[in-house]
Amino acid sequence: MLSQESLQQIDQEIAKYPSGQKQSAVMAALRIAQVEKGWLPKDVIEFVANYLGMPPIAAYEVASFYNMYDLTPVGRHKITVCTNLPCALSGGVNAAEYLKQKLGIDFNETTPDGKFTLKEGECMGACGDAPVLLVNNHKMCSWMTTEKIDQWLAELENK
Amino acid sequence: MSAHPLILAGLDGDRTWRLQDYVARGGYEALKKIIRDKTPPDEIIAEMKASGLRGRGGAGFPSGLKWSFMPRSFPGDKYLACNSDEGEPGTFKDRDILRYNPHTVIEGMVIAAYAMGCTRGYNYIHGEIFEVYQRFEEALAEARAAGLLGQHILRSDFSFDLFAHHGYGAYICGEETALLESIEGKKGQPRFKPPFPASFGIYGKPTTINNTETFASVPFILSGGGEAFQNLGKPNNGGTKIFSISGHVNRPGNYELNLGTPFSELLALAGGVRGGRKLKAVIPGGSSAPVLPANVIMDCTLDYDAISKAGSMLGSGAVIVMDESTCMVKALERLSYFYHEESCGQCTPCREGTGWLYRIIHRIEHGLGRADDLDLLRSVAGNISGRTICALGDAAAMPVQSFVKHFGDEFAYHVEHKKCLVPPEIQAVGSQIYVSPSC
Repeated sequence: MLSQESLQQIDQEIAKYPSGQKQSAVMAALRIAQVEKGWLPKDVIEFVANYLGMPPIAAYEVASFYNMYDLTPVGRHKITVCTNLPCALSGGVNAAEYLKQKLGIDFNETTPDGKFTLKEGECMGACGDAPVLLVNNHKMCSWMTTEKIDQWLAELENK
Repeated sequence: MSAHPLILAGLDGDRTWRLQDYVARGGYEALKKIIRDKTPPDEIIAEMKASGLRGRGGAGFPSGLKWSFMPRSFPGDKYLACNSDEGEPGTFKDRDILRYNPHTVIEGMVIAAYAMGCTRGYNYIHGEIFEVYQRFEEALAEARAAGLLGQHILRSDFSFDLFAHHGYGAYICGEETALLESIEGKKGQPRFKPPFPASFGIYGKPTTINNTETFASVPFILSGGGEAFQNLGKPNNGGTKIFSISGHVNRPGNYELNLGTPFSELLALAGGVRGGRKLKAVIPGGSSAPVLPANVIMDCTLDYDAISKAGSMLGSGAVIVMDESTCMVKALERLSYFYHEESCGQCTPCREGTGWLYRIIHRIEHGLGRADDLDLLRSVAGNISGRTICALGDAAAMPVQSFVKHFGDEFAYHVEHKKCLVPPEIQAVGSQIYVSPSC
C-alpha cells in the first residue's frame, strides 16, 4: 500500500515515542502517506491504522479533525491562502481574489486540468509575511504580490 | 529606545541558526555551568522565580511557579512539552525563534528538564510551518551529536531526550491539554482540569508545558541571573518580550522589547501607521484579546499589568494594528468565522455559540442586521464565557464583547443603514496587497 521509503519514514516517527505508544506517530504517518498518495483514501487510512496497531476509526478521527489532511482528491498543487484578519489587512483577501480569477476557480475547487486546487486557510503563524500562501501543505510563500503569484503559478504549471 | 534583545540578538536570518553560531553567541554556557557545578534544581527554580518570567504563550502564568508544581521525586517518566503550535491570529514569533535561534529553545528545555527531573520532551510545532519543523529536527540532530541531548548529557548522569512533533492544522492544539491529546495521537480536544498536566499529562505522566519563547528565555535567565532579567522589565513583568506587529503598519515584523516599553515606541519601530493614515484600534495580544481604541492603547505601556488595566490582555504579544480604513464589523466577522471554524466541537456553548456569533455578525455586515442583534450578540457571547472546558470559548467571546463595547456605533450604523460607516473606497485602500519595502 505504501512505498518502502514511506514506511521507513513512518518507522523513524514511531521511534520518537516510548514503546507501546505507536499511536503517537499517527499524525506523521498520515502526513507521510498523504505526500505519497496525494490525498487520503479510506483504505490508506486503514492501512496506517493497522500499521500502528490502532483502530481504523481512531485514525479516521485524526484524519478528519486536522484540516491539512485531504480526505477527497486535490489537484497536483494545493494552494492555501490565509485570509484571516491580520493577513486581510495587508491584502490576503485580495491575493485570494487574484488567484481565483487567474485560476478560474473558487475556494475548494480544482482546475479542470487537475493541476491546481484553491483553499482558504486559517492563521499560519506568519502574519508579518502577508499575503501568505502555502503550497501542498509544506512550502510557505511570503509577501505574495500579484507579480510573485504570477511567477509561482508559472513555475508550478511546469511541475 | 527600550530594546535590549536577548533571544533575537546577533541573529542574521537564515545564516546563523546552527549550533556553532549559537555557541559563538555564548550558547550552551548556562547548561555547561549547571552540569559542571551540579547546581541543585531548587536553585534553578528559585532563579526562574526571581526573573519574573511569565508564560509567553498567552496566559502569562509565572514560569518559575509552574516549574515548582512538578513532582520531581515522582518515580518513572516525567515529560516536558514545548508549545510551538502558534496559530493565534497575529502571532508569528515562535516561528522566527525556531528558524533563527532553535538552539536557545533546546538549551532552555534541557535546563528545564534538569530542574524538574524530566526524562523526555516533545516540541509540538505548528502544522503550517513544515520547513521550520525540518530545521528544528536538524538542530536536534546537531545537539545530540554534540552530547547536549540524549543519554549522559555532557558526560554527566543526567539524561534527557527531545523530539519534534509536527501538528497538521488545528488551532485548538495550542491549548495545552489538546496539545497533549494530539501528542498521544488523538483528536485535539481539551481535557477537563483538574487533574492538571503536572500530575496527569502525556500518557498520564507528570508533564510541564511551556511556550517556545518561555523556554528560549531560560538560558539568558540562568546565565545573566534572574534579577538582571527581572530588571529589564518592570516589577511582576520581568524581561524582554517579542512583539509580533501586523496589520496597518509600514514595517510588520517581530520586535523584542523590554516589558513596560510604551506602545508608541513599538509603533514607531514598525514604521508607524501605513500611508500616514490615522490609527483606529489595536488588538494588543492576539486575536482573542479584547480590542482597544487608539486613544487607550496610545497611553499604554506594553506589559501584562498595564494592558490588563486597560481592559485587554498582553497575551502572546501579537499586536494587530487597524487604521481608519478598517470596517470594524468586517474585521470582527472574519475573527468570528475563525473561532467557529476552529471550535473543536466538544462543548455545546462553544460549538453552537461560535456559529451564532458568526452568523449574526455576517448578517449585520451584509445589510441584514436586525434591531436587537447587538443585544443578541452580547447575550450569546455572555453565555459562552466561562461555560466551556477550555479557553477557546472565552477567546471567541472576548473580541465580540470588546468590538461591540468600543465600536457599538459602527455596528448600529450597519444595522440601521444596511451599509458600512467606512466608505467602501476607503476600505479598499486599506486592504490592498501591501509588502514592506524592507522585505
